[in-house]
Amino acid sequence: MNNNPFSLVGKTILVTGASSGIGQATAVACAAMGARVIITGRNPERLQQTRDRIEAQCEAIIPAELTQKEDVENLVKSLPPLDGAVMCAGNSTTLPLQFGTREKFDEMFDVNFFAPVELMRLMYKKKVLQKNASVVLIASIGGTHSFMPGNGVYGASKAALNSFMKYAAREFASRKVRVNSICPGMVDTPLIHRGTITEEQLAEDAKRYPLGRYGQPEDIANGAVYLLSDASSWLTGHDLVIDGGFSI
Amino acid sequence: MNIQDFIDNFANQFDDTDKAVFTSETNFKQLDEWSSLTALSIIAMVDDEYNVIIKGSDIINSETIQDLFEIVVKKVRK
Repeated sequence: MNNNPFSLVGKTILVTGASSGIGQATAVACAAMGARVIITGRNPERLQQTRDRIEAQCEAIIPAELTQKEDVENLVKSLPPLDGAVMCAGNSTTLPLQFGTREKFDEMFDVNFFAPVELMRLMYKKKVLQKNASVVLIASIGGTHSFMPGNGVYGASKAALNSFMKYAAREFASRKVRVNSICPGMVDTPLIHRGTITEEQLAEDAKRYPLGRYGQPEDIANGAVYLLSDASSWLTGHDLVIDGGFSI
Repeated sequence: MNIQDFIDNFANQFDDTDKAVFTSETNFKQLDEWSSLTALSIIAMVDDEYNVIIKGSDIINSETIQDLFEIVVKKVRK
């Protein structure tokens, strides 16, 4: 393992949205690669389920609602120096643009854009992100590579996040902090099974992916491991598309 | 809520279909203009106008506008 550039041994990594979906899979993958993992999310019981899967590799559980200023500040105060962070907390909506009121945009941007941006800002400013740390933002192909009807409100929030990633990569490079994003296609998580799109429509949609299926959370988690590891030491400001070939 | 308002709101989600086509008995998924985006618009319109969240399966399970109206009415009363 010593010569494995993909190893996360010796690294302390924060994962947000770690109670389900991509966040949970990322926490598990980081632990499997040897990292000490700090998990945060809104629901303490579900965070405990993630903790049960990573056991001793779990450095701390810090429940937080990242849209709340106080929670973010408390989280940052209680964090040890970090070698990496993966921002997985997010939400989605399927809404034609003519119904995209300011309120709907605000709801999406609060969770998908302002929350991770403020957390990153404070972690950088307070020097929680150590030299050579790596930050991974979970964006989406929606808004940057794919513009499917009904995804505009969600996609715009993820596009904004992806843009912030590039600026942060540029500025944070002075401390050798790397910032990258992953742009997943549709991933099989609780977010996509809320009923606006029926299971039949989802199954039909999955057929449009060249590799024949939707992503699994682990497909994204493994990309995050790469971006956190020393294997990607010279990679920053990149949006890594992991989408089964959908956007080709 | 009354059915005529619901039909009007429903018809408003279409651009090319004559308003006269829309009645409580209209088999809406058979309309040429019907698409997955129209379905999303209907779901959003019901949220907007009636403060009710319906699902894609509610649309699938409705044949006529009346069928969907009854689903929405039930949810409003809950």
